[in-house]
Amino acid sequence: METYIILQQYWWFVVSLLGALLVFLMFVQGGNTLLFCVGKTEEQRRMMINSTGRKWEFTFTTLVTFGGAFFASFPLFYSTCFGGAYWVWMIILFTFVLQAVSYEFQSKACNLLGKKTYRVFLALNGVLAPLLLGVVVATFFTGSDFYIEKDNISIMQMPVISRWANEWHGLDLLCNPWNLVLGLAVLFLARILGGLYFINNINDKDIACRCRRMIKMDFPVFLLFFLAFVIKVLVSDGYAVCPDTGMVYMEPYKYLENFIEMPIVLSVFLLGVVSVLAGVLMTWLKPTFDKGIWFAGIGTVLTVLALLLVVGYNDTAYYPSNCSLQSSLTLANSCSSQFTLIVMSIVSLLVPFVLAYIFYAWRSIDRKKIDADEMTDGSHLY
Amino acid sequence: MIDAIDVSMVDWSRAQFALTAICHWLFVPLTLGLAVIIGVMETMYYRTGNEFWKNTVKFWMKIFGINFAIGVATGIILEFEFGTNWSNYSWFVGDIFGAPLAIEGILAFFMESTFVAVMFFGWDKVSKGFHLASTWLTGLGATISAWWILVANAWMQNPVGMEFNPATARSEMVDFMAVATSPTAVCKFFHTVLSSWIVAAVFVVGVSCWYLLKKRHREFAVASIKTGAWVGLAGALIAAWTGDGSAFQVAQQQPMKLAAMEGYYEGEEGAGLVAFGILNPEKKTAADGVEPFLLRIEIPKMLSLLAERDADAFVPGISDLQEGGYVQKDGTVALSVEQKMERGKAAIRAFSDYRTAYKSGDEERMKIASSELRENMPYFGYGYINDAEELVPCVPLTFYMFRVMVILGGYFLLFFAVVLFFVYRKDLTAVRWMQWIGIGTVPLGIIASQAGWVVAECGRQPWAIQDMLPVGAAVSKLDVGSVQTTFFIFVVMFVVMLAAELGIMYKSIVKGPEV
Repeated sequence: METYIILQQYWWFVVSLLGALLVFLMFVQGGNTLLFCVGKTEEQRRMMINSTGRKWEFTFTTLVTFGGAFFASFPLFYSTCFGGAYWVWMIILFTFVLQAVSYEFQSKACNLLGKKTYRVFLALNGVLAPLLLGVVVATFFTGSDFYIEKDNISIMQMPVISRWANEWHGLDLLCNPWNLVLGLAVLFLARILGGLYFINNINDKDIACRCRRMIKMDFPVFLLFFLAFVIKVLVSDGYAVCPDTGMVYMEPYKYLENFIEMPIVLSVFLLGVVSVLAGVLMTWLKPTFDKGIWFAGIGTVLTVLALLLVVGYNDTAYYPSNCSLQSSLTLANSCSSQFTLIVMSIVSLLVPFVLAYIFYAWRSIDRKKIDADEMTDGSHLY
Repeated sequence: MIDAIDVSMVDWSRAQFALTAICHWLFVPLTLGLAVIIGVMETMYYRTGNEFWKNTVKFWMKIFGINFAIGVATGIILEFEFGTNWSNYSWFVGDIFGAPLAIEGILAFFMESTFVAVMFFGWDKVSKGFHLASTWLTGLGATISAWWILVANAWMQNPVGMEFNPATARSEMVDFMAVATSPTAVCKFFHTVLSSWIVAAVFVVGVSCWYLLKKRHREFAVASIKTGAWVGLAGALIAAWTGDGSAFQVAQQQPMKLAAMEGYYEGEEGAGLVAFGILNPEKKTAADGVEPFLLRIEIPKMLSLLAERDADAFVPGISDLQEGGYVQKDGTVALSVEQKMERGKAAIRAFSDYRTAYKSGDEERMKIASSELRENMPYFGYGYINDAEELVPCVPLTFYMFRVMVILGGYFLLFFAVVLFFVYRKDLTAVRWMQWIGIGTVPLGIIASQAGWVVAECGRQPWAIQDMLPVGAAVSKLDVGSVQTTFFIFVVMFVVMLAAELGIMYKSIVKGPEV
């Protein structure tokens, strides 16, 4: 295989991994949606906020890095999706901005809006961020409406190369029920992960008990949406691309075929699903088990990674256009130059080192669970 | 009917980006500078074991935390706005511009976000040494982040290390080191980071002066003033030096910006620098015959010396840059803007020819078009310009903001020297007028820093990328209503966030440190 193609595939893997890690780290958002239903007393809510508050920056940073890596490796996606689906990304941004300040501001005196408002902001981000990111990811399978014409650069009055096909600029994505189905699946997954994280991170029987009860209610809903979307994807036509000509065409059962033709990806997917199930079921069945977040977290990363690999690998158009099939984005027509991908690949060799120090620092802080005493002992708190 | 870019949409997109950048830059300098000051203080704690230093660190860390959140929040908006509002830009230069952003994420943001958590929550959970390392690593992460984002910004001012590829219809990176270590980037980094130390130092000294005025926490205040003033003095000295380097780079790469910074219309040999000047508001264009200044006091030959390192060198003014005809340093005769616009249009036509030939597989035509494109490529962006006057940035804004920055930069040097004199040689706790000056200086730090960015960004208009892509060709295809709506949503969010931040900060300062 040519070096350039290997680099494109490598960077699709990196971007997919970052996306998968982002979905896992959405336990912060999911946890915040539980703030008012699991936390019944002020002390409990404070523990929950301080628990996710020590991780929110990881989620935030992963989102920023995911965006940056996409920009650097597949700039045409950045240009088309962000500039086209303007409103979806803006709403996601608004909620993340509110989240970023709410942790620090909510418990401080003279914070202008009051504690409750900031906590509502956290919950709002908790609902909208996973839902809308899920909707955007769903369009990788269901397609969007946009045109791309690189020759437009020569039109001096209007040199814009990518245009959204309607005036809704992203709000139209919410009209496709299948996009919402994946959005809801991601939202409920985030809530489950949030619950599992609290069970692991907070030493409070009430919180753990309510989280378990919530997981029992949310898990069937998640499973329903998730399975519905996966089955829909497997039986639908997919957006295939001819490797010789670059032409995009519809192919029946394309994604099912991708799974079958890439058994490693299929194994990763199945392992991921089983791991999520194991994490949830063990927590469900064994009242003292608090390691569910690790199983479900790793399972989430593997499942999402496999889904994103399926939509990008094996000659598939990963960001399809329904109104102009040949405008669809493929790894080949949207990636950076070979030189840039090589430079970035060298930098990416540092990623294991980054992951190692994150893990080390994380372990250092989480050696002891958060408890009620810590909320009053004068430590730095949110 | 030919579809055309809506000019008001470009303006609103610029307004939205400027709003976000200004808001971001209210907090980032404090983060960059406070990280150093806190690092020095915690090193004192590590070395002496004195709990006084620990409590001092904890107080400034609390202030740091309040700032950090908004800096992070506004930062993500900037990154995403490259895609949402400047989508054509994202494709046209994403191959070069995206890399520093991604490297920033991988190398800097994770370092910052990992160790800031240890810094805040790890006091009793990790060893003293690990905590100290975490504090310094948080600052290092923020500084590395500044390096890469300033590399990206410097590349827009001085696009190096790339080639335009007509086959992919974009510019592509060919020399990473040229991008990552361009002289513009190096000067910009040191000037920006060191000036951020000044902003934080001014803040620390000012808040500490307030305690002295209120006769509270004297020991804490004096210790903070000493640390802050030394960091500030170092920052002010190096910022002055790198400021000179930055101006030299502007003279080499962006002569129109330099001319706007000086309100300098008619070029001359041995050009003087305006020490004090009042612009004539009636002056609209270079050719209107109106005197540019109502009052002008200059330092003779200084502009030539600073811009060309030669007191008798010729420095072109706005008229020269528009009309061309003067001999440049490389011996060639400068083109007029009309000639550049023609060459730009020729480049764009050659690109179009290349694309047509590329699609039909006509290699001979591709070769001809490619050669013509290469010849005219340095003027590519001029092809999108319709009116030569568009190429002159807003002179009054650039001129006055440059002076605000430079005058305040000089004032800070004096300020820190005087503060150090009083704190070591006299009893600052008894000099109330100096305490008042310390408090009054706090907003000046932010004003100087913002003024510097206004010069850098407004002074390079209309270019998103110097000579290559004007802002009008860089925007997304959106309706102006959408951008106006998001602009006003951001205004409301930023105003509320700022008000809340100031309220919280005020309360924290009034409460004071627990020393």
